This record gives sequence, C-alpha cells and structure tokens, in this order.
Amino acid sequence: MNTDIQNYLNDFEQLGNDIKTDWFSKQRLSALSLFKETGFPSSRQENWKYTNTRPIAKETFSNTSTRQSVSISAEEIDAVRFQDLDCYELVFINGVYSREHSRIDGLAKGTVIDNMADALAKDNSKNNEILKKHLAQYADNKVSPFTALNTAFIQHGTYINVPKNTVIEKPINILYLSKESAKPFAAHPRNLIVMGEHSEATLIENYIGLDDANYFTNAVTEVSLAPSAIMKHYKIQQESLNAYHIGNLNVMQDKDSRFESNSISLGGSLVRNDIHGQLDAEGASIVMNGLYMTNDKQHVDNHTRVDHLKPNTHSSENYRGVLNGKSRAVFNGKVVVHPQAQKIEAHQNNANLLLSDNAEIDTKPELEIYADDVKCSHGATAGQLDQDMLFYLRSRAIDEGTARSLLTYAFADEVLKDISFTPVKNRLEYLIVGQLPDAKLIREFTNE
Amino acid sequence: MLDIKELHAKVEDKEILKGLNLNIKAGEVHAIMGPNGSGKSTLANVLAGRNGYEVTKGSIEYDGKDLLELEPEERAWAGVFLAFQYPVEIPGVNNVYLLKAAVNAIRKNRGEQELDAVEFLALVKEKMKLVKMKEDLLNRAVNEGFSGGEKKRNEIFQMAVLEPKLAILDETDSGLDIDALKIVSEGVNSLRSPERSIILVTHYQRLLDYIKPDHVHVLSNGKIIKSGGPELALELEEKGYDWIVETEAA
Ligand SMILES: Nc1ncnc2c1ncn2[C@@H]1O[C@H](COP(=O)(O)OP(=O)(O)OP(=O)(O)O)[C@@H](O)[C@H]1O
Ligand SMILES: [Mg+2]
Repeated sequence: MNTDIQNYLNDFEQLGNDIKTDWFSKQRLSALSLFKETGFPSSRQENWKYTNTRPIAKETFSNTSTRQSVSISAEEIDAVRFQDLDCYELVFINGVYSREHSRIDGLAKGTVIDNMADALAKDNSKNNEILKKHLAQYADNKVSPFTALNTAFIQHGTYINVPKNTVIEKPINILYLSKESAKPFAAHPRNLIVMGEHSEATLIENYIGLDDANYFTNAVTEVSLAPSAIMKHYKIQQESLNAYHIGNLNVMQDKDSRFESNSISLGGSLVRNDIHGQLDAEGASIVMNGLYMTNDKQHVDNHTRVDHLKPNTHSSENYRGVLNGKSRAVFNGKVVVHPQAQKIEAHQNNANLLLSDNAEIDTKPELEIYADDVKCSHGATAGQLDQDMLFYLRSRAIDEGTARSLLTYAFADEVLKDISFTPVKNRLEYLIVGQLPDAKLIREFTNE
Repeated sequence: MLDIKELHAKVEDKEILKGLNLNIKAGEVHAIMGPNGSGKSTLANVLAGRNGYEVTKGSIEYDGKDLLELEPEERAWAGVFLAFQYPVEIPGVNNVYLLKAAVNAIRKNRGEQELDAVEFLALVKEKMKLVKMKEDLLNRAVNEGFSGGEKKRNEIFQMAVLEPKLAILDETDSGLDIDALKIVSEGVNSLRSPERSIILVTHYQRLLDYIKPDHVHVLSNGKIIKSGGPELALELEEKGYDWIVETEAA
C-alpha cells in the first residue's frame, strides 16, 4: 500500500455516512477506490511533466473538518472582502462553511445558493435530482487523481442552481479563507453551478490565505450551462505562500451559451490550475483570461483544455505571466477540434515577462485538429522588459525602479483590460500593483 | 551650459563618435546637420544617457556637472530633455499620468513642491494650447497608435510641460506636415530663453527658417567638421555635404 495516501484513506473512514443518499455514497466510494489505485500523479505522466506533486504527497494533512476548525473574526473577513460590493456571499473557513459569516438571503424564487453539504443532506427531491444529474459529471475523476480525491471527500462547497430565464443581478462571491490551525489541513471544496436556459450569473471564487499557514486546497468546480446561459467566472487565488493549491474548473456548454473565465494566480507555493471547457453545441463560446505572478520559489502551473465538440463554436484564450525570483511557471493550452466541429474559431495567446534570470517558464500550446474548416491561431512568447521603453521612461525623469514596475504593471494589466466587471477589475488592479516592488509609487501613478 | 570635449563613443564595439567638440552657452540654439549615419542620434543618446553607448574618451560637462556620471533619470531631473527621433510606443502606460509623474519627479528632486491634480491640469491645458495638442491623445497610452506626426508633436508637448534647461530635438521636424512644423516651431521658440539651450538635429534648412539658430554645425563621420552661422545651413541646402567633407579630407 502506498503510504502517501494512507492518511486520506483513514480520514475517509471518519467521514462516516454523514450524507446518506445512495447514489452519492457510490460516487464517493468509486472516486476513493480510483484514487487508491492511482495515488498522486507522477511527473512521468505527460500532464504532470513539469509539476512535481511529491511535496503534497509526502505531507500529512488532516481531512476532517472538526480538526481543522479555527475561528475568524468579522474584522478579518472584512479586510479581505470586496469594498462596497453588493453581493451574495459564502464564507468558508479552512474548508468548512460558515453560516454565520455568509449572506445569501433575498434570492429570486427558484434560485438556490447553498452549502454543498447542506444541499446534499436536505430532503428535497427536486434538488436531489439536479444534484444527482450534474454532480461529478463534468469533472472527470479519471483525468486527475486530485479530482478523484476531491470527489471522495465532497462535503463543503457551493451549490448554485439558477432556473431558466433568471438573471442574478448581484455577483456571487465565495470566500475560501484559510488560517493556521492545530494541524496542517486539506480542504476539498466542491462547487456545482447549474445554469438554466437564458440565465445569467457572475461568480467569484476567492482562495485566500490569511497568514502564512501550511495547508492544501484541492478545489473542484463544475459548471453546466443550458442553452443561451451566460456565466462570468472569476477565480482569484491568493493562498498563503506556504500553501498548496490544486484547482480544477470544468464547464459543460450547451447551445449559444457563453462562459467567461478570468483566472488570477498570485499566491501559493505549489499551484496547479486546470480549466476544461467543453463546447458541446453550436454557438457555444468560451473566453479564458489568465494572469499569474510568481516570485521566490513559487511554482504555478496553468493547464487549460477546450474541446470543440460541435460546429460553430468559439474559444479564445489570453494568459500572461510575470515571473520573478527563482520561480517557475508552466502554461499548457490544449485545443481539441473534434471531427464534426467545422467552422470553429480557436485563438490562444500566452505571453511571459521574465524579471529575473533565475525564473523559468515552460509554455506549450497544443492543437489537435480533426476538422478542416477551422480558424485557429496560437502564440507564445517569453521576454524581458523592453529596453527602449525603459529608457524612454527614465529619460522622462522616472527612476529606474518605478519605470520597471510601471512597465511590468502595464504588461500584466493587458489581461485585465477585457474584464467587464468593474469592482473585480479594480480589486485585481489593486492586487497586482501590490505584487510589484514599488507598489506605493505605482499606486500614485495609476490612481488618478 | 554644455561643454563636450574630444568625445569618443562606441556602440557594439563600433566607434561612432570620434573626437567631437561642442560648446553651447545658456540661451543659445545650435543646429546640427550632417549625412545619414554620421552620429547625430548617437550624440543625442549619449547626452540622454542611453545604455549601450560606451564613452571611451573625452568629457561632457553640463551645468557644472559631469554629465556622464548621471543616470538617465538624474539627467532629466537636472533639466536634460531628449525629443526622440523615433518615439517608442508604450502600451498600458497613460500619456498624461506619465507626464504628471515626470513633472513631479523633477520638482521633487529639485526640492520644489509637487503639483496637485488641479495645478497640473492647469499646466497641461496651457501647454496643450501652445502646441495645439489634441485632447484625446493625452489620455491614450504613450504614443500607442499615434501617427508619425502625432508622436513628434507629443514629444514637443512633453518638452513644453517639462521646461528643460537643455533640449535636444532629434529630427523632430521630419514627418511633420507644414502646419505642424509651424506649430512645433512656435512651441520651440516660445521656450527660448536666456537660461535655456536647444540643440536641433535636422536635415532641413526649412526648420531653421522658423527657428533661427545661433550656430550651425556639420557632423560627419563622428566629428563636427564645420561650424558657422545660419548662413551655413543655406549653403548646405544648396551644395549638399560633399564639398565640406572633401575640403576636410584635403
Ligand atoms: N545599436 C547600434 N548597433 C550598431 N550600430 C549602430 C547602433 N546604433 C547606431 N549605430 C550605427 O552608428 C552610426 C550612426 O548612427 P546615428 O543613428 O547616430 O546616425 P544619424 O546621424 O542620427 O543618422 P540619421 O540622419 O539617419 O538619423 C550608423 O552607422 C548606425 O548604423
Ligand atoms: Mg538620427
């Protein structure tokens, strides 16, 4: 028996049968046995070639919610909330839902926003049917052992169901907050969002470390978009610099639906973000914007995959990275155009700014095209700050440090320019500036 | 104001400036003309402190200081301004923010009070009128998507706002239409003052009809090979450079 996973098996026993539904127990059990078989991924696997998960495997994390509980004050939460954002909000502390700090009242009739564990436990036949139909259908346990592990430990997380023709005006903000607890812990947040026909919603997933605690977040989000549904999705990853973060976002899209993903990765010591979009009917489109900023010895890996399963589907992707220190980043963008998928468009770009000689980027676009009438483009670059620009700014009295920060900011900001939701955009700009060496100066520069 | 002695400079191991002498007093306007590739822009870049230009011999004294000791930004604080022959586009950096940061960096380093938003705006408005700068260019990214002429005008606009002590205009007249040339010239003329020196690098005598220089120099093969008054420019216009280069060689 692989000792790395023994701890997870033990903790699984302790979950007991908190949620008794038959189909659900089966889901968990089969996921667990899959994980038992595969263990943690090895870097011999193509998909994990550049990211070694040994550091996660060799630590012993507690997976049971009782042992990971800590209390967080309202002030601590306020400090990381969006300023002046009228939103529905779910707060999780070390992976455990906090009803006290969440506010999800005043929802339109028929709309459900709930903690996953509560939704699963409730005796509500309609809801149970939706959960059964969608949960663990889009995130494939076989694709990643981490997904299997998450599925085995499904408990807390966010469940959202937006009925047809419903537009949720207020964004839904999820705060996954982490803080030092008695034992290093693993949290396995599981989110499911089911969007009905012609429905619209904005979702923000925040993963925030409140201190420099050592923990492991293993999150999985599944989104199902019915015809003409629209979802804007933001993920802002600011885990502790001693934390591991594995995040998996899976989107299944029906006709004319639109998904916009914005993934910002700033924290974490070892990070892997996977996004998988499936364009399963004509007219479906997905936009993926991403930004990663790494420093010191951070390792951040972004893998995306889009399957163009049907004709007339669109995908476009723009990821940028700013790498400093001895950090390492990986970008792998895969686009698969299936045989019947004619007249599709797929565009992809990844640009990297290397601020240090010791930083390293592995970037790889991967196109698999089995149709002939397609429009595809891709590009990847890695470079340093432009010397001509730097000199121009300095000749205009801007000192070298500020000039460097300013150009770095301008590079990163390019990803944010398309973000349509202003409060998030402002917050992200603020966070990005905060990552720069001369944050204060740049703030003066950009704030007026 | 500016005293360049026996200046030798290399770019990528190639000697470009080969013993250049130039003395400019406060209040003077000097025009530098000369064939393509003779080293005019190199001189401008050396004065502004661009990396990659290695001064192997000679000295530059500016305002009592050793200019070569200063970083590019320190030169700007000390009043040096270069209007680039090819202004670079900087996506994501706003034109007017840059200008405000520049103004205040200079003021701060001179121990002057920084301008607040209102004061700065008043200054910008005034200078915009001076060079008839279009307002929408102000709020765009630095030079991004500007036409050739707009870029040049933006350089002069920046110069007007920053009010340098030593302005080096590297072919600012190239690519300007006739009206723009007039406007830019007026802008430069309005900056003329007993404390301010200006170096005009140009290929065209026409500019010198608008901005009357005190001295005209011919730079050829890394050296000033002839100096004179405004009449020298007229002579060059008529005869080209060959006659001087040949006289020199003889
Ligand atoms: N970075 C560089 N690397 C190699 N050679 C260079 C570099 N910069 C300038 N040179 C060379 O130095 C010489 C002088 O160039 P410079 O730009 O100073 O000429 P110029 O007098 O300004 O010409 P123009 O009238 O065409 O603007 C040219 O031969 C040019 O090719
Ligand atoms: Mg030149």
